[in-house]
This record gives sequence, C-alpha cells and structure tokens, in this order.
Amino acid sequence: MEATTSNGKFKVIGTRPIRHDGIDKVIGRAKYGADYAFPGMLFGKVLRSPHAHARIKSIKTDKALKLPGVKAVVTAADLPEAANRLEQAGEMAINPHYLSMNILARDKVLYDGHAIAAVAATSPHIAEEALKLIEVDYEVLEPAMTVDAAMKPGAPILLPDLRNREEGDKQTNVAQHYQFKRGDVEAGFRAADYVVEREFNTAMVHQGYIEPHNAVGIYNADGQATIYCSTQGAFDVRSLSAQVLGVPVGKIKVVPAEIGGGFGGKTTIYLEPLSVLLSKKTGHPVKLVMTRSEVLRASGPTSGSKIKVKMGATRDGKIVAAQVWMAYEAGAFPGSPVGAGAMTILAPYTIENLQIDAYDVVVNRPKTAAYRAPGASNAAMASETVIDELAEKCGIDPLDLRIQNGVKEGSPQVVGPPFRRIGFIETCEAIKNSDHYKSPLSGPYRGRGVASGFWFNAGMQSSATVNIHTDGTASVVTGSPDIGGSRASMAMITAEVLGLPVTDVRPLVADTDSIGHTDVTGGSRVTFATGMAVYEAAQDAARQLRERAAKVWEVKPEDVELHDGVLSLKEKAEGKAPMTIKEMATKLARTGGPIIGRASVNARGVGPAFATTCVDVEVDPDTGKVQILRCTIAQDVGKAIHPSYVEGQMQGGTAQGIGWGLNEEYFYDQKGILRNTGLLDYRMPTCLDLPLIETILVEVPNPGHPLGVRGVGEVSIVPPPAALANAIYRAVGVRMTETPMSPPRLLKAILKKRAAEETQSAAAD
Amino acid sequence: MSTPGFHQRIRFSINGRIVEREVPVRQTLADFIRDALGLTATRLGCEHGVCGACTVIVDGASVRACLMLAVQADGAEVRTVEGLAQDDELSPLQKAFLDHHALQCGFCTSGFLMTATDLAAHGAGSNETEIREALSGNLCRCTGYANLVDAIAAVLKEQAAKRE
Repeated sequence: MEATTSNGKFKVIGTRPIRHDGIDKVIGRAKYGADYAFPGMLFGKVLRSPHAHARIKSIKTDKALKLPGVKAVVTAADLPEAANRLEQAGEMAINPHYLSMNILARDKVLYDGHAIAAVAATSPHIAEEALKLIEVDYEVLEPAMTVDAAMKPGAPILLPDLRNREEGDKQTNVAQHYQFKRGDVEAGFRAADYVVEREFNTAMVHQGYIEPHNAVGIYNADGQATIYCSTQGAFDVRSLSAQVLGVPVGKIKVVPAEIGGGFGGKTTIYLEPLSVLLSKKTGHPVKLVMTRSEVLRASGPTSGSKIKVKMGATRDGKIVAAQVWMAYEAGAFPGSPVGAGAMTILAPYTIENLQIDAYDVVVNRPKTAAYRAPGASNAAMASETVIDELAEKCGIDPLDLRIQNGVKEGSPQVVGPPFRRIGFIETCEAIKNSDHYKSPLSGPYRGRGVASGFWFNAGMQSSATVNIHTDGTASVVTGSPDIGGSRASMAMITAEVLGLPVTDVRPLVADTDSIGHTDVTGGSRVTFATGMAVYEAAQDAARQLRERAAKVWEVKPEDVELHDGVLSLKEKAEGKAPMTIKEMATKLARTGGPIIGRASVNARGVGPAFATTCVDVEVDPDTGKVQILRCTIAQDVGKAIHPSYVEGQMQGGTAQGIGWGLNEEYFYDQKGILRNTGLLDYRMPTCLDLPLIETILVEVPNPGHPLGVRGVGEVSIVPPPAALANAIYRAVGVRMTETPMSPPRLLKAILKKRAAEETQSAAAD
Repeated sequence: MSTPGFHQRIRFSINGRIVEREVPVRQTLADFIRDALGLTATRLGCEHGVCGACTVIVDGASVRACLMLAVQADGAEVRTVEGLAQDDELSPLQKAFLDHHALQCGFCTSGFLMTATDLAAHGAGSNETEIREALSGNLCRCTGYANLVDAIAAVLKEQAAKRE
C-alpha cells in the first residue's frame, strides 16, 4: 500500500507502515494470556453465586478437596482485610476493600456470578466437578436491580457500611451525589422560547472483547509472585493484586500478554490474585481462564442509567439553560462513571445556566468497569437527542445549532480551566461539508441523524527507553500494553526523531520489572503520554549519539547535528565525513559503551477529543429493525501518527456505539439472574449489521504535545446511539428514549404512535 | 493434562503432519489442538460456536473447533492458521491482512483467516455483499470490519483475475 503523508514536515509520522506486531498475529504466534503453559501447571475454576443477593451462612469445601486431582480451594477467608479508601486506578476510582470483596465474596453475594471460591486441580474438568462439591448455604435476599429500585425508600441495602455525605448515618445505596452548577437555571429557562424535557433509560452493556479474562500465577517459595495475564495495565494489576493479597508491590511481577481486546474492561483484576493464592497453596503454576458466560456475568460491564434532561433555547437557536438529573448503575460496589457522564453531557456547548445532579448507585449487578469514554455514551444519548429536538423546534439545521453553541478555544468547561485549542466546531463543519451530508437521502422509512461527543482524554505517567543496538537499529520499550496499534506509533515516533526507517525500530511492551512505572492503557493516553515519553527518550538517545560523534571527531557536541539518521558537523571539516547511525553504532564500545535513551513523564497538556457522527438508517416499520445505510464520523485527532490505526479506532468505536444503540443489553429476570450469558443472546454487530464506516480525520494539533497528538481511542463511541435515535426519528417519527433501540422496543414505539394517530383521526371524524 | 473419563485413540492429519494420540472423549477439538498439540493460534472466544475465533478447516470445510470433539477428527485432515504459510512464505490472505491493516488486537484474526481461506478455496468472487455474508459468523470487536472486507476482497479479486 502506498504511503501517504498528511503533513510534509514529517518523514515517518503520518505514513501507514505495516504494524510490527502484525506478523505474529497472522501466523498465529502472538501469545495471549490463555496461551501460557508451564510444567506442572494446574487449572483453576471459580465458583459463582447463583443468586443476585444473598447472605452466605456457610461454605464447606471438604468434599471438593477430597476429589482426586483437586489440589486447593480458596475462599475469602484466605484474603486479608483490604484498606477501605478510594484510590484512583486508571480512569476509574477503586476502593481496595470493595475490590477484595469482588474478587471473593465475604459475607454476602451481591450479583449473579459473584465469585465465592476458587479451585485448583490437575485438569479444568476436575476443577469444574469440584465446584459442584462446594456446599454454600445462602439466605436469599431481595435484590435491587435498577437505580429506581435501589434509590426508593425502603430499598434492599447492598452494603451495610455504605454512607454518603448528604444522608449522614443512614444506610443507603447511593454512594455519591455530584452536583455542578453555573449561572441561574430558573432565569435561563424563563428566557427560553422552547424547552424540551425528556427522560432516558439506557441498558447495561459489555465491552465485548473477544478474548476472555485469563491469568497464570506462579508463586515462588521466596515470596515472589509472577502473574502472566492479558491486561491494559500491568502496573495496575500489580498494585491492585498487591492490595488484595496484602503484600508489597515489589513482591509481584506482572508480565502483560498480548491482549485480545480490552476497551476499558481489562483495567482491573478478577482472576489475578486467585492465581497467586492458588499457586501459593499448591506450589504449582495455576492458570485460570473465564468462560464467556463468566465474562458477561462477572467481569465489569458499563452502567445502565436513567437520565433526565431539560434544555431551553431562544428562537434564534441559542441554548440558554440546561438541567440534568442522572443516576448510573455502579454495579455491586461504588464507582460508576457517572461523574464523567456529568462532566461530558454538556461539554460540547457553552451554556450559561446549567445544573447537573449525578448519582452513583449500587445495584445487584456486576461491578462496572471502564468502557471506552466511560459514562459519556449514555449521557450523549440523552443530551444529543434533546439538542436535535431543540434544533427542530427552532427550525435550524442540527449541525448549525451545534456550531452556533459549540465550544472553542477559551470557552468554559463544566469543571476546570477554559478549553485550549480544540476542534469541536471543525468536526461539525467536516460533516456538514462531507459527501455524505450533502448527498440527499430519499425513500420511505429512511432518515438521517447527527450527534456529537466529547471525551477528556488522559495524561498520567509513562516511561520509555530507546536502545541503540550495535548494528544501528533501535528498540523502543514502554510499559503500555498495545490494544489499538500503539506499538506501531511508538516505533514511528522513535524512527522520526532518530531518522531511521521504521522497520529498523522494534517496539516492545515490557513487564513491571523491566520498565519504569506506566499507568494503564486507557483514557486514550498511550500515543499522547507514552508517545511523549518515547519522543523524549528518542531525543535523549539522539543527544547521546551527537555526543559520541563529537568524541570521535574531537569537537563539541553542539557542533554535531543528527538529520535523517546521519550525524554530521554543522560546519564541514576535513577528514570528518558524516556518519550514519549504523556507522556510529559500531563505535559505541570505544566511545563510552551502549546508548540507552530514557524518559519518564507525568504528562500535562492533555488535548480533549470531539467527534461528530452522521448516520442514515432505514427502519422496517413491521419489525422495528434498523438497517444502517451509511455512517460517517469526523473526529478531531490532533495529529494522526498512523492514520490507518487512527481510522481503526474511529471505526471500532463507532461499531461499538452502534451495537450499544441498537442491540446490546444485559437482560436480567425478576430474580436478578442474567438471562443472556452468551454471545448468541448478547448480540454484538457482525459485518452484516455494519456499513463501511467512513472516517474524516480532522487534525487540530494539541498545543500541549510536541507532535500535536491528542488521544483518539475513545470519543468515537459517544455519538452513535444519539445519532441513530435522531435518524430513527426522521425515518419513522418516533423519539426513542431507551437503548438499545432493538426491534421490539422500536416496534412498540411505532405501534404506539400509530395507535395515537388512529385515535386522533377517529376523534376528528 | 490428565482428564478423567474415557479415552480413545485417534489418528489424523494436522497441517500435513500425522498425529496419533489418546484423547479424552469429552475433549473438544479446540482444547486438544491448543493444549495437547500446543497449536495456540486457534483462539477460544466464546466456546459456543458464535464468535468464530476457533475456526479451523476440517476436510476442506471450515468448522468451529469449539463445537467439535477431538474424537470426531479421527481420520480427518485438519488445517489451522499455523498451516497457512508455506516455507515461511505467507499465504496471500495473511499478506493482505497485513497490507490492509485488517487487524487490531489480533485475537479474532486466526478465525477470520480460516473462514476466508475456506471462502477462497471455494472460488468465491470479490462481491462485497457475498464476502460480508461469508464473514458474518466471525466476530471482530476492534475494527468495524472495513479493512477485513477490503483485504479479503483484494485477494479474491486477484485470484479471480488469475483464473481468467
């Protein structure tokens, strides 16, 4: 494929080389977590709760232990009490006390699938049989499955010790209430010519990575443990496992395997401490791999939510007031992304008068984990459809309304300092000028919708080293597991700085003992923050190369320059011909030894991301099925290091957003038991459900990054549900306020509308 | 790995190599290929036959290795991703997956490659709708499928041109 450069200034950045990890993936040699095997390895399985809410009266494991081949059983009694305080872990806050209770239930089980005990045996089949021999005596309690059920007076209480500031010493399921206020909301609504008020319900959904969670734990007699697992953050697995196991961080080494998708869901721990505990008890390596049913029942999906939005605008399209009430399902323990939902829901617009109340509510569902722009898609489903309705009332094109009210450099954020240079309006304009938006859409039951989205993006800590090899090639080592093509980006940045061909740079993801601390791969931070560390580490290597050349030539380092991989004197001199890095590399031993460029950052200057999505649909009015005819996303990507992989992020996030909007949902029965625990019933988009997702890369460089990079991984998932709802409205005239907009839900809405119209026309007759 | 219950001796060919083993009758072909033979390119995503990550070719037809028992492979010819490249030369599909950036995390890649290999072997045309139809039994959560369809279409097109 021909290389295309989007910016002439760069030689490597902006081109589309083949990913370095690609070959291992197409020949099948890439090693994912479940592929690890060690001599003497045992297999673990986890006993899980069949109840949504129950007290554990007793657990008897003796029969299981007697089964031939069973080597150990662990329960919560094997875990120490963990600290009860909130700690930041990636994009989510985690309380070790609750984390430990999620790894193995203590006195109560809080959701269908909650882990109770783990067994290690000589085969997975024996371990499975042993689970049936563990006797648990439950006192079944009434579950609280929704935020409504959990917030109403007299609701079943999940966590007896949970309190919030507002309710004082009263037991509650509301872990947090966040409030954001600006201006005078009442006065704002009085000034509005049009007010739209709607209530939304969005279903809990799962990240749906194809690779199930896995871990191999090896405990050594000296107290050192090694964990091999697929994770977005090896350092987080280390620190979280250390807290749950009650050991210092230095006692654990985590080796991140190749990862088969994460999307936020692999930023926390489930099996990892169990693998270590079982290995410690048995003296053998122990491997645990979840089944798909376990992944759906007991890993960390993202919150379902209830959101009420009221928004007012003047006749000429100025949004003058907004009021939001939102409650998110945290799952069994506090920590939903409702805070992020609150800070993103109105973020694309300058609104002088606003109030947002946001509630984090525990319910008898699995503890939620991060999912691509956590909390923002639910929020945008509400706000972006209300804005569409306002635009309709004002008689203004929905993109124009967004452009008119959109944030730009200097606009206030809901929280924090004013925006720096951002590209929200540019994304709206890119859609407006796109072939898609300009092409007319005709035909019955067809409609076009647009919606926008915002995501903060993250900075945080990263480390990188760049090693110059004796043949003049280089390796770049980071601690950021690669979930979306970041190894290619790291190699490209290194190649750009050193002037090497990108094929001469080998990118690696190191284990927790082999690289400095690096925070999770999340928050769209890797190409931004780890990329910043790599950029600086490569600069450091370049500086050392210049120093070594200066030594060879017996000149001052500042007289030497490095361009396109060639070291030369700034002013030509006799007998001092330019040297390639390859030539210099052969002289390293004689000039002071190997060169290691290194850098670590706690990255500042994060550039937020915006996206605007346009979608055309056709609705089957007899079944409620939505077919997507065309879909285009315009996203401000700052500076695309590898445009194909940026497009890949935009397409992948859009695909997930479409699944979220149209089909995916957790379906619990009256007793709180998950009824769709397989991928046949938890239906994710196949290639027949999706059109070719067209991408428009809008490059508004981030002034906070040396290469202009902004995070690109997440924001694409934010607009699709709302864009689909807006398209469906134009196709069949119903405003959808629930996700997923699955055939039965949409059909119900269509039939309701039809019935109302018939009643109306009957009344008129 | 010792597994209780009945065992049966099977003999079959995998990627051109004859293998003869005692296998537990309850073991799936996928587990046998991965755990006993160490051919871990056959991935397990759902173990219900939905995600397609474990797709292998048995006697010329693509099957889900998670839905087939190892004993059922007795006498069969099985092909996995490890058998696609010949003498270190990537198959046209493997090469196209790289060139078209048709993968991200890579976990579903093996399954897609085997489904596409089956498609190519049956002389399919490069019509996009037909390709999408054929791929609809494989799930990819990273890419939105665009580059996968492109990569496969390019190979099928080239193959059709060669036939003419």
